[in-house]
Amino acid sequence: MEDEVRIPITSDADLVPARAEGRALANSLGFSRTDATLIATAISEVARNIVVHAGCGEILMRPQREHDRYGLVIIARDAGPGIRETEAVLERGYTSRAGLGLGLPGARRLMDEFHIVSELGKGTTVTMTKWRFRDELERLRDKRHRRG
Amino acid sequence: MSVAILRERDYLIASIQSDLTDAEVLELRDTLSERVGRYRARGIVVDVTALDVIDSFVARSLGSIAVTARLRGAETVIVGIQPDVAIAMVQFDLDLEPLRTALDLDEALTLLDRRTQGDGEDGG
Repeated sequence: MEDEVRIPITSDADLVPARAEGRALANSLGFSRTDATLIATAISEVARNIVVHAGCGEILMRPQREHDRYGLVIIARDAGPGIRETEAVLERGYTSRAGLGLGLPGARRLMDEFHIVSELGKGTTVTMTKWRFRDELERLRDKRHRRG
Repeated sequence: MSVAILRERDYLIASIQSDLTDAEVLELRDTLSERVGRYRARGIVVDVTALDVIDSFVARSLGSIAVTARLRGAETVIVGIQPDVAIAMVQFDLDLEPLRTALDLDEALTLLDRRTQGDGEDGG
């Protein structure tokens, strides 16, 4: 899809365009202002994770349609050293060497779906999704609203 | 750096003009710490209205600006945290206690006046 946005991440300065592009794409896909902020914040966290732990990598963003729902997928990938215990990284209170342990768990809470795949020596890929409807309740509300 | 730092009485007002890189955030912390000493400031106001994302790093850095300034004898008040940004900030398990906040500059200055009064004589 030509809507895909790719942002190379090579230093902390690249977080600024990553956040801006994420917000712009979320806005164009019809996300609420609040959701666009949550998405941009989550992007900032996974991008910083790349800078700190791998040095460089990239962020891909693309719209996702699935059955009746519509969302935004963010993929953050690097070819860095990898994470030994991905589960531990996502636990509250986990602190890595660089003291950035809040970033990934925070990103997970900001998004609806969050998956991390990592292989030592090969790199890490974080895939996270925000659906335009946060939950069933909101989707139902919207349906009722449309019906009048 | 896209931060304007002004002096108002005993206070420094740091007005962030646009999104900042991590390096600029750290530079702001160091600059404020240095100017507190240079101008014998009793308070700092950091206006973050222009920030539409405050992630864990920036939130933690704002906290460290406040703690650093306190060690240098000044109180810090953060103003202009946008509603959506506040919603995002609570998703991080951050200790936001060191952050004293106010809705706008007026309120921040009133708060600083109250806090710096009776904190002992200036001696000057």
